[in-house]
Amino acid sequence: MSEGVRLLKYNEILPGGIIDEPGSSLKYKTGSWRALRPVIDQEKCVRCRLCWIYCPDAAILEVDEEYVTKKGRRYKISYKVNYDYCKGCGVCAQECPVNAIEMVPEPIGGEEQ
Amino acid sequence: MAVRLKPPAKGEPYKSLFQIPREEWFVSGHRLCAGCPVGTTMRLLTKVIGPNTIIVNATGCLEVASTPYPYTAWRHPWLHLAFENTAAAASGIEAALKVLKAKGVLDKDVKVVAIGGDGGTVDIGLQALSGMLERGHKVMYVLYDNEAYMNTGIQRSGATPYGAWTTTTPAGKKWRGEWRPKKDIDAIVAAHRIPYVATANPAFPLDMANKFKKAYELTDEGPTFVHVLIPCVPGWRIKDNMGITVARLAVETGVWILYEIDHGVFRVTFPVKRRKPVIEYLKLQGRFRHLTPEEIEKIQEMVDKQVEEVNKLVGKEVIGPVEK
Amino acid sequence: MTLAAKEELRVEYKKPRPLSTNSAVAHAVKDLDVDVVAAYPITPQTTVVEKISEFIANGELEAEMIHVESEHSALSATIAASLTGARAFTATASQGLELMHEILHIASGLRAPIVMSVAMRALSAPISIWNDHSDVMNARDTGWVIMFVSSAQEAYDTVIQAYRIAEDRDVLLPVMVAYDGYVMSHTMEPVVTEDRDSVLAYAPKRPFPYKLDPDKPVTIGVIADPDWYYEIKYQIVDAMRRVPQKLEEADREFGKRFGRSYGVVECYLCEDAKSLIVAASSYAATLKAVLPRAWERGLKVGLLRLRLYRPFPEEYILRHIEDKDSILVIDRAISYGAPYQGPLANEFAGLLLKHDIKANLVSVVAGIGQRRMVDEDFMKLAEIAWEARISKKPETIFYGVRA
Repeated sequence: MSEGVRLLKYNEILPGGIIDEPGSSLKYKTGSWRALRPVIDQEKCVRCRLCWIYCPDAAILEVDEEYVTKKGRRYKISYKVNYDYCKGCGVCAQECPVNAIEMVPEPIGGEEQ
Repeated sequence: MAVRLKPPAKGEPYKSLFQIPREEWFVSGHRLCAGCPVGTTMRLLTKVIGPNTIIVNATGCLEVASTPYPYTAWRHPWLHLAFENTAAAASGIEAALKVLKAKGVLDKDVKVVAIGGDGGTVDIGLQALSGMLERGHKVMYVLYDNEAYMNTGIQRSGATPYGAWTTTTPAGKKWRGEWRPKKDIDAIVAAHRIPYVATANPAFPLDMANKFKKAYELTDEGPTFVHVLIPCVPGWRIKDNMGITVARLAVETGVWILYEIDHGVFRVTFPVKRRKPVIEYLKLQGRFRHLTPEEIEKIQEMVDKQVEEVNKLVGKEVIGPVEK
Repeated sequence: MTLAAKEELRVEYKKPRPLSTNSAVAHAVKDLDVDVVAAYPITPQTTVVEKISEFIANGELEAEMIHVESEHSALSATIAASLTGARAFTATASQGLELMHEILHIASGLRAPIVMSVAMRALSAPISIWNDHSDVMNARDTGWVIMFVSSAQEAYDTVIQAYRIAEDRDVLLPVMVAYDGYVMSHTMEPVVTEDRDSVLAYAPKRPFPYKLDPDKPVTIGVIADPDWYYEIKYQIVDAMRRVPQKLEEADREFGKRFGRSYGVVECYLCEDAKSLIVAASSYAATLKAVLPRAWERGLKVGLLRLRLYRPFPEEYILRHIEDKDSILVIDRAISYGAPYQGPLANEFAGLLLKHDIKANLVSVVAGIGQRRMVDEDFMKLAEIAWEARISKKPETIFYGVRA
């Protein structure tokens, strides 16, 4: 049922249960669902954007962080996993054209790395 | 190209995935299954249609997973009424916007996008859909098709393809999965002579984005319809990382042909030179696991026939033969 | 007396015109400047929508008419339009009301400020196009405000009052205005209609406060798990409580501006009456003509005309029944297998029990499928009501059936 949300009285709820806070689902962290987590190898990643496009949960973030590979290739953006929401489905790893994403087991107890 | 590009102007197509805006309009925290391509599709759809849109959604996986009180994954104004009346609700909103604008109450142009699953569109929602199309409401209807009533636990719908296991067409001694072909909803919709009908697939995001954009913009003229194939992790019995791969194989085998009917003109938007044999698509899905080689051959023949019909319609071989 | 006071007292003569109740409803819709009408034809409602179409076609009403393909879609489109901020209306009867049944609950659940007129008609099977109250009675627990009207004029006036109540921020409930199909829907009566400016001054448009708008996005129509569903439904219980008072105020204000008012319930020949008949819509109108003759014969039987039905106007009814020896409730619908087999009878029984009222209750079911009821029959019912003061009649009387 409703974890961690205060159970409101009838007159504290908007008529008909209307939600007037767009995107309030961000308060619900689906990261606890996963058994595997994706790890992006910034060296291999060619910044094709596909993982960001495909992720059903918007759990791959495209950030304006510069990255220079060991071979000197310069990228203006990088892709980072938002582990708060990632459900560990593995679509990103499956679709990555250069195999830059590896699915590794979630640590027991779900501790953040 | 690791550079963000400007979105295309009205009437112009997306040329690169980097023209898709970064801002999320279908946000994280929804309860769709891990790996559900509906999430992929809705993220893209909501980015393409832009904020000046009201969304109506049928009862189903998407609706239930995206709006459990008090959480909503939507940043658009969004309405859910019931299962079979999405098109009727969309008609009501469109009419309201039209008259409010005419009476000077509303000073901006707001569009309406209706979203329904195959159950809520092809079966129980067909009446309302037909009415909306026939009356010419300026609404874009997106059908996300996972080929069964998935939200209630994988029961067959009119969109369930031949041979598929579902809980109401199981494979046993007497039944061998669904024995009827998939309802051709696109032909039914096209028969209403609306400005735009298209099929789309999340494994082809640029093609899908362009279809969404065209369908959205052509609501200036009348109703439009985009039919998206959505592999379902629990319902098709596929691994949770395989949704996009399976969707891609549907196109590569000719099972799912990417086309559009733009003002009555039929065009295949993704030609396939050499088709993969259909077994490549079927073997990844547990819902087809029971099929015998003869049954798979029958399905191959059905796909061949479908491809032949499309090639005839276009006047040339846009979908090629099976590469052995 | 000041000139202003003289102006207030002056009752302006307004020339009535001959309108059927259906036409009167259509005129109200026009004078209210309704924005969206979505309706599907069904006997005996059809001429409501035909008249509205005429008004739109002639440019007398600027509205979108959605020629929906079923009543289910009609109500769906009406709700959606109202949640987008438009003033929306629909009309139906019988099978149409049944077809939209699941959506009735959604209308109240989502607090849509809409008005629907119902030309009451019997329910299939067997199919009947004739009048009784089974369609509306079947909708009594759907969370709608329900009002019965007894004349074409009252229908016109009540549709106007209905929008004022429905759109009230403290109410936000859908309102059903019900009248007898055929008997009223297709019968001409003198009706005074008002000008649009006065009507809109009385019932100004108050769009849904959380309407669908890209500038302020809302999510409407959530799924509510067991932690939330109860409270959201309880909101309707709470809103209903305010309705009788709101109707009284609205009706009083209507009287001030237009010179006509009806009350929440009406008690006719009530004082000094020892017995009461409870009736609604056209039967109440006929009883007003018959009961004076009953009094001439020594039967002191009054009429409690039910106007507001949902919420049940307990307080207002109580004012009239506490000193009566018998109450005869006419039901025009059958509640099969219920303790009293008429829905109103069961509700009055509850009322009597709740407030320890000693009157003998008589449950009469009559006029099913528009079974003929003429003056003599109503006189007979007055006799039964009078007899019931001393001899109890515990079983429902199915008046007029060949059994």
